[in-house]
Amino acid sequence: MIPIADPYYAEAAWVMIVKSLVIFAIVFAILPLMTVLERKLIGRFQHRYGPNRVGPFGILQPLADVGKLLSKEAFRPANAIPTLFILGPLLPVLSGVLALAIIPWGDVQDGVGLYGIDVPIGILYFFAVGSLAFYGLLLGGWSSGSKYSFLGAMRSAAQLISYEVSMGLALLGVIMMSGSLSLVEIVHAQAQIWFIVPQAVGFLIFMAAGFAETNRAPFDLPEADAELVQGFMTEYGGMRFGSFLLVEYMEIIVVSGIAAAMFLGGWMGPGPGWLDPIWMLAKMFGLVVFFIWVRATVPRLRYDQLMSLGWKVLLPLATLNVLATAVLVVVT
Amino acid sequence: MTEFPYLKDDSVVEVQRGPDPGGVGGAYRAFRETLRGLKTTMARLIEGPLTIQYPEEKTPVYPRFRGRHKLHKFEDTGLEKCVGCSLCAAACPADCIRVVAAENIPGERVSAGERYAAVYEINLSRCIFCGYCEIACPFDAITMGHDYELADYDRSDLIFTKEMLLAEPIERTPLKGEGE
Repeated sequence: MIPIADPYYAEAAWVMIVKSLVIFAIVFAILPLMTVLERKLIGRFQHRYGPNRVGPFGILQPLADVGKLLSKEAFRPANAIPTLFILGPLLPVLSGVLALAIIPWGDVQDGVGLYGIDVPIGILYFFAVGSLAFYGLLLGGWSSGSKYSFLGAMRSAAQLISYEVSMGLALLGVIMMSGSLSLVEIVHAQAQIWFIVPQAVGFLIFMAAGFAETNRAPFDLPEADAELVQGFMTEYGGMRFGSFLLVEYMEIIVVSGIAAAMFLGGWMGPGPGWLDPIWMLAKMFGLVVFFIWVRATVPRLRYDQLMSLGWKVLLPLATLNVLATAVLVVVT
Repeated sequence: MTEFPYLKDDSVVEVQRGPDPGGVGGAYRAFRETLRGLKTTMARLIEGPLTIQYPEEKTPVYPRFRGRHKLHKFEDTGLEKCVGCSLCAAACPADCIRVVAAENIPGERVSAGERYAAVYEINLSRCIFCGYCEIACPFDAITMGHDYELADYDRSDLIFTKEMLLAEPIERTPLKGEGE
């Protein structure tokens, strides 16, 4: 086996470029489809059809949406801070794209690893760039010069603090069982049994924290359409607003990818090797549907409920999970 | 019960409250109820949409639905049922029916009776769809139809003449089925 987690292992530069372009192209082709999928599924969950007018089955709806957003004025309030206001939507896009790099789509095949890059620090990299997205929200909300945006930004900061810790602890169990931080190694460690079975609690905590991380219902407090008029995005319009929405979906893809790799056996599945990315995509698709399903079901939590769930339930539970896993790993 | 000394004992209703939130039990209940919610929404997904795709698909109406009026002919002879008696116009609370009667000429009879309606107009922009004309008519010549898509660009286009009222509607409005 090629030493994948070896820091001295590197592929040719052109291979890396082609890989990154392919991953970028595929994910950005999926993103608009996800918006339609979400709207159609939410519709079905509510006895409706969802968008079905633009193109066959409404598949061209995102095209119409983007066309509309692009034709809008890039408005900026008078008391906003110009540079930060523009930086706001850009940072989350950057963090989302960076995080895509470590999602493993498949093993090393014919000398080419079917992943962006297999960094030895793996999951730490995900946390590092994932947290960057919140800087975008904070800066965007704060620099808008509007109290609703500011409230939304503060909420997102509080949410980040409450959930990043539990998320990390939830993944710690998996890391201990596989003995590696590299996502590729972690997937290899699941050849016998998917980590969702021994780490079921960790999976639940990770998903709950993942909803918070992606600002999705029931933890969509930073946005809170009804109370905060879209929170930190209030003052944004046009494609800047659109990129915030885009990032939300990109983060769902990233969190689904990480969850699929860490808990659902990544690319593992029956069939020949070229099916691996398909398996990974299928697992991610399942998780994305779950994200939408939960959004259609659970109402938004109150701010204090969010806090107490994060600190009083998820954090102790995650700590206990880590403790139990540590004992288990040492004993066996 | 001592909290409400001014009330009779049997008028005080004790409201059953849920268990206190919080704690391990609370977390378990929240988890269980979330699962129940997920089941509920999934059941809705399986049931499928209930939307009526309106312009393509129309809401079915009841048989007694009072839509746009229709004038009728005898099916065997092809003569108009209306004899121009103007009872409908007299019954109309909105005063939107105008009837001008004329004598039937032997050989080119228009109606079955002695006279016929030379002019029969309903101003649908005034009509309140009460159905009194239908009740007043002694020959069942006028009935309320099922058409409800009557919007138009011009008020004068809403004055329906006898020919328009006699003609079959271009598109039939679906009827509700048994027990629908």
